[in-house]
Amino acid sequence: MPDNYSAKKAYKQHMESAGSVERTNSSGIKLKEYYTPQDFRKSYEEQLANPGEYPYTRGIHKDMYRGKLWTMRMFSGFGTPEDTNGRLKLLLSHGETGLSVAFDMPTLYGLDATSERAHGEVGKCGVNVSSLKDMEIIFKGIPLDKVSTSMTINAPANVLTAMYAVVGEKGGVAKSKLAGTVQADILKEYIAQKEWIYPPEAHMRLIRDMMVYCTKNMPKWNYISISGYHIREAGASAVQELAFTLADGFEYVKMGINNGLDVDSFAPRLSFFFNSSINFFEEIAKFRAARRIWAREMRETYGAKNDRSMKLRFHSQTSGYSLTWQQPLNNIVRTSIEALAAVLGGTQSLHTNSYDEAWALPSEQAVEVALRTQQILAYETGVADVIDPLGGSYYIESLTDKMEEEAYKYFKTIEGMGGVVNSIKNGYLQREIAATAYAHQKKVESGEMKIVGVNAFVKEDEQPINVLKIDLKAERIQRKRLQEVRLKRNNSRVQKSLERLREVYSGDENSMEAVIEAVKNYATLEEITNVGREVFGGWKEPTIV
Amino acid sequence: MEGTNDSMKRRIRILVAKPALDGHDRGVLILAKAFRDAGMEVLYAGLLPTPETVARIAVDEDVDVVALSLHNSAHLSAFPEVKKWLKKLGASDIQVVGGGIIPPADRKKLEKLGITGNFGPGTPLEQVIDHVRKVAKKKWKMDQ
Repeated sequence: MPDNYSAKKAYKQHMESAGSVERTNSSGIKLKEYYTPQDFRKSYEEQLANPGEYPYTRGIHKDMYRGKLWTMRMFSGFGTPEDTNGRLKLLLSHGETGLSVAFDMPTLYGLDATSERAHGEVGKCGVNVSSLKDMEIIFKGIPLDKVSTSMTINAPANVLTAMYAVVGEKGGVAKSKLAGTVQADILKEYIAQKEWIYPPEAHMRLIRDMMVYCTKNMPKWNYISISGYHIREAGASAVQELAFTLADGFEYVKMGINNGLDVDSFAPRLSFFFNSSINFFEEIAKFRAARRIWAREMRETYGAKNDRSMKLRFHSQTSGYSLTWQQPLNNIVRTSIEALAAVLGGTQSLHTNSYDEAWALPSEQAVEVALRTQQILAYETGVADVIDPLGGSYYIESLTDKMEEEAYKYFKTIEGMGGVVNSIKNGYLQREIAATAYAHQKKVESGEMKIVGVNAFVKEDEQPINVLKIDLKAERIQRKRLQEVRLKRNNSRVQKSLERLREVYSGDENSMEAVIEAVKNYATLEEITNVGREVFGGWKEPTIV
Repeated sequence: MEGTNDSMKRRIRILVAKPALDGHDRGVLILAKAFRDAGMEVLYAGLLPTPETVARIAVDEDVDVVALSLHNSAHLSAFPEVKKWLKKLGASDIQVVGGGIIPPADRKKLEKLGITGNFGPGTPLEQVIDHVRKVAKKKWKMDQ
């Protein structure tokens, strides 16, 4: 058996390195053989405190999962709006408690299904939305006053927020009652996921407009979800994810304050989105450190007085990068462990990846297993019974402190460069991540880091698994639908509302009403983003390699 | 005069690119560094070039190999489009190598169109580098 040889070799290597070689985690933090009370000597009240008490290291709620389990929020979306509507309803019927919509690449870049650049990409990585019509179909028959909807949309988040508001209004649900989240965190796009339309300053201004508008008119709408997930997937270590994400968060806080908002009027709506990867204790320490840093900075530096401004709420997703193409069923195990880390780290909501995602978009069966993984954790294992069960572990506490310390080093460097936007423009953040990613890959190549099925315990004859297939049907349907929308709408009203938007974009007044008006008139996504392209221009990133 | 010896020493010129709406650049940046460390001359097309732009850069820069990476399921339309443009520009000898989230069934389709490699996640860098060296040699032979 080919298995045998690599198993023996891996075991031998493991035994050889057991006592001698230094152990580090993804962040390069050296690990001791064991930890003792000497490693955690700070005061309980000051560093930890009880759950629900400042600085919230142990969790933001007094009762945590005893009061309410985390929200099981599975990201989904593919094909046509009808396909996605069906998938959302299926997930609701399986006991999912929050909706989460994925959009295709053209939508993420603010392009219509009819755009030349959209060819071959419509409905592939998520659902396509080219106009309000598509959003009406996605949410057909779903009670928007009873669910909360998370939309993974960034560059055109203002347009999608406007569309959701109009869909709600048409269905008789007032804007003020709509609950949900748009990701909208453009800073991490420049840093990691690289889905932008305009230069950083223009996108920051549009986020400001959402921030001000939603604070006043959509109080249950999280207009931003400050995301470390993509930073991590792009190759960052846990500490880099922690530091860069919180630095982004503080940048948005400064923006709100600089625009005349009282910090406590908007900060409670800020929420986070972290990665939960495979190095179990490191992840848990990261979540705990994030809560403590946020609480302290919000109170000490940004003058928050309301507890809710200091409480870091977060969604988490297991790591897509940790999944392997080889022996895909092993991914169920990886995802379970990562999900457990997120739960022990006190997450508010969780997406678990499907085992087939290194192959394709997930199949229905794989999605179901992923959701069941969360249900097993929640209802069978007892991990939700006691809050922060690892609190007080010498190792976890020492690691939490260390992660915090390392994050502050990055804050200092970023500040020295003049803030996050400048550290994006000079390519520093992108290069830091690329360097970590390359170093990681080299460790995998050399065998220093083992990945089961990839460079250890390899099987020679991998059998293909069944994966979801998406054809070009969605593209045809979406193109046709958009043509119909264009024929049916009142074109002079569309033009008028786009003219108005141009005027608003060219000046400095809040643009949300103008975007909503254009959306209502069925101006297409690309028509609306084109106004921005003309006014703000595009963006080219600095050289990374 | 190009002897066997010279062609052994000749440096491979390679363009790495993501020819679609796809910002997932972890893989492509790692490959760029790895190709460079392996002694190749590496050009990176930056983000969001069209297949036509990629082909034009490849021709203008006189590269031996174009390495394409996509994680957005657009490989079946975008990779062949690059190949088509290379042909249009009279540069069919430039080798096209692919990689990314590519289901096995799609690999066969791409191979048939002359796009080779089509490496999935977790492929050792050495394997990708060896393949690039192999196809570059093939191109040099064709050019002779």
